[in-house]
Amino acid sequence: MTTNWISAGLMADIPQRGARVVDVAGLAVAVFRTSDDKVLAVEDRCPHRGGPLSQGIVFGTSVACPLHGWVIELESGDARAPDVGCVRKFSVRVENDTVYLDAGATVTA
Amino acid sequence: MKEKLVLIGNGMAGVRTLEELLKIAPDAYQISVFGSEPYGNYNRILLSPVLSGEKKVEDIIINDDTWYEKHGITLHKGKTVTRIDRKNRIVFTADGIQAPYDRLLMATGSNPIVLPIPGNDLPGVITFRDIHDVDKMVDASTLYKHAVVIGGGLLGLEAANGLMMRGMSVTVVHLAQTLLERQLDPVAGSMLRKSLEERGLHFLMAHSTEAILGEERVQSVRFKGGLEVAADLVVMAVGIRPNIDLAKKSNIYCERGVMVNDTLQTYDPKIYAVGECVQHRGQSYGLVAPLFEQAKVCANHLARFGIGRYEGSVTSTKLKVTGIDLFSAGDFVGNENTEDLVLKDSSRGVYKKLVVSNNRIKGAVLYGDTVDGSWYFQLLRDGTDISAFRENILFGQAHLGDSGHGSKDKVLTMADTAEVCGCNGVCKGTIVQAIIGKKLFTLDEVRAHTKASASCGSCTGLVESILAATVGDYSSTPSKKSMCACTSFTHEEVRSAIKQQSLKTMPDVRKYMNWTTPDGCQSCRPSLNFYLLCAWPNEYVDDYQSRFINERAHANIQKDGTYSVVPRIWGGVTNPKELRAIADVADKYSVPMVKITGGQRIDLLGVKKDDLPKMWRDLSDAGFVSGHAYGKSLRTVKTCVGQEWCRFGTQDSTTMGIKLERMAWGSWTPHKFKMAVSGCPRKCAEATIKDFGVVAVDSGWELHVGGNGGVKIRATDLLAKVATMEEVLEYCAAFMQVYREEARYLERTAPWIERVGLAHVKSAVVEDADNRKRLAERFAASQVTAQIDPWKERAEGVHAGEFAAPARAE
Repeated sequence: MTTNWISAGLMADIPQRGARVVDVAGLAVAVFRTSDDKVLAVEDRCPHRGGPLSQGIVFGTSVACPLHGWVIELESGDARAPDVGCVRKFSVRVENDTVYLDAGATVTA
Repeated sequence: MKEKLVLIGNGMAGVRTLEELLKIAPDAYQISVFGSEPYGNYNRILLSPVLSGEKKVEDIIINDDTWYEKHGITLHKGKTVTRIDRKNRIVFTADGIQAPYDRLLMATGSNPIVLPIPGNDLPGVITFRDIHDVDKMVDASTLYKHAVVIGGGLLGLEAANGLMMRGMSVTVVHLAQTLLERQLDPVAGSMLRKSLEERGLHFLMAHSTEAILGEERVQSVRFKGGLEVAADLVVMAVGIRPNIDLAKKSNIYCERGVMVNDTLQTYDPKIYAVGECVQHRGQSYGLVAPLFEQAKVCANHLARFGIGRYEGSVTSTKLKVTGIDLFSAGDFVGNENTEDLVLKDSSRGVYKKLVVSNNRIKGAVLYGDTVDGSWYFQLLRDGTDISAFRENILFGQAHLGDSGHGSKDKVLTMADTAEVCGCNGVCKGTIVQAIIGKKLFTLDEVRAHTKASASCGSCTGLVESILAATVGDYSSTPSKKSMCACTSFTHEEVRSAIKQQSLKTMPDVRKYMNWTTPDGCQSCRPSLNFYLLCAWPNEYVDDYQSRFINERAHANIQKDGTYSVVPRIWGGVTNPKELRAIADVADKYSVPMVKITGGQRIDLLGVKKDDLPKMWRDLSDAGFVSGHAYGKSLRTVKTCVGQEWCRFGTQDSTTMGIKLERMAWGSWTPHKFKMAVSGCPRKCAEATIKDFGVVAVDSGWELHVGGNGGVKIRATDLLAKVATMEEVLEYCAAFMQVYREEARYLERTAPWIERVGLAHVKSAVVEDADNRKRLAERFAASQVTAQIDPWKERAEGVHAGEFAAPARAE
């Protein structure tokens, strides 16, 4: 797997227990920040009916989709049982308050 | 090295405790289980349908061997524990197996009572308790003709019905004058007897068995007075007794049952006990629902979370004889201080009796039509004042001004393809499959797995009936329902702690009340945010990230991720200048759809999130404020044109509506709150299906509350009649404040009033003028900051990050 780290904005711009959306080559990616400053990123699209996960309530390392309430576990990308589904996740690292995403093959540098 | 947990008794209560334990602490113990029966764990309450041939043994197995293997549990089937060495903490079986324990869980169940009469040990004389008994009855039914069932209680009637369906001629002998005298009053008891007689059962009431006669096998039964009845099979179903032999032998303190405290711990702190074998606060239970409640609490303590206490159960009863509907709960006999409300329709075979004291339900007996059993049971447990709907209560919940649903089909005759849940498109077959395939027992589980009744909830009763028909009845929900999975406290307990302990932030609440999660969940966070806002107005700092997206973005999210914008139009009265301003905004931002709402407002749909603050700037400049069409808050005040124009109008309804909306806009409430003012009793503004509806009459204003035009249509209750506009405003403010202070978050005024009773609301708002004034003052005080227009603030840059367009990552 090729890695391809790209900058996704400042950590300070993401509220704790919240998210911001970044545009990765036309793909909306939701970047979440938990209450203990863990940063996690998944495609901004609920596996259920395509709801924007970035707009949901964030608790622990989970988010509740704003459309129908599916809970997505952000570390695995999986929907919480008994719902079944998963969302694409992105590796994240934070350096000097800047968030970097591994866009993999989504963006060819 | 993991600690060792040993379970004695492989029945429903014990294994349910293990299931609850595995859910919350899967790795806490190395577990072994001893069961006397040679099977896995099965659903004992479904033995009756197995006997009658409606189900097979494999249908009622809850956990087979693979389940035990999967969880690393050592199962000793067919092994009876005969001794506990408490000092060294080891259990011993009859055939010499030893198992050491750190914690021991006793769930030894109960034994059927065998009458101490001559002949009780003859071949052909049995009890009805386990699969082995069912096998013996089924075998007997193929070889013999005559059966006598001693005992006309639940178990006896189910056994008799099963044997009759297997082709035997069955006589039920009962000591009392009427059947099920512990569950039914004499009227319902005799109706039941009549319908069972029509099916072919024979009854001998008020007969006491003296002896069972026979040489090599039972041949007859003789009663006091000399009557003798031929019998090839005798089933004794005269009751059960907690099985405490092992506990007693081990010197664990017992009375009728093994004594436990509220954490299900016995007098030996290493030993817990659950199920039919225990005695808790003087009670022993033989029904499943209480055992499941015990299991949940016990598992929590075994997992060392130490949360939750078992405080006893109020139980209800249903008979599992197909085609016979009966339900009873509480004290259905009554005494000199109670009254009976009775409905009896013999040709329809329907009988309903409610025992009422001081306008509160104390007990219920239903026969023939039990659809409303769970509703009456709920009213009983909540102690709801029923005076407001007492005259209609026997006709059922569907008659409380609710015309939204057709008649409910009988669950058993419904086709598998019939749609049960209209919101989520779930059919009966899907629900039944999930219940069987995923081993679901409770309404919550069915909701989680199938989504049936998980949205609007109007099909809840139907889903409960399907559940009861499929696995038996577990519908007794605990009387105390916790706020969410993060806590064992109820909404009421949390709210009162917030006030009494002066808890002023969400982390304070969670810390003081021992929340199990660090930052709550999507359910408790918005609730706590509202409770704090309501308790500490103008002081509490709203937690933005605990708001549902609509309230965070002050607009309604749509299915495609765009938003809709509804400017406030006071009382629904507007003018060309305002309309032009809205039209200009719609043009400028290329709004794809403009729509008139049901609440007489204009909805601009399909707005991109980053356009919202710009649009609000333009609307704000034109004099508009937020319409709060997105919030758990005051939505709209709908009006008709009233006296000013209408030839029937009796008062100035538009002015009244505008005044109400000016007073109440911006207020956060437990759920959305809608108002209307109608200028005459024709009620063109539909005031009688609103949360607060005002109807003008010639002499003043009628104030109506608790209406709903949505999920479950409910007409309002009349709260009071007043003379002046000032009074209308004061009553409205007071009513909104009681609702804000007392209703649970996400509870509309309609279910709230049905839960607490109109009498309670009247006493707070109408009868006590001083209290009304204080409520209205508190409401006014909280409006000071609530009426800062959120749109204007955001147009000026507050929370700008929320509305920023997505940045390009590169």
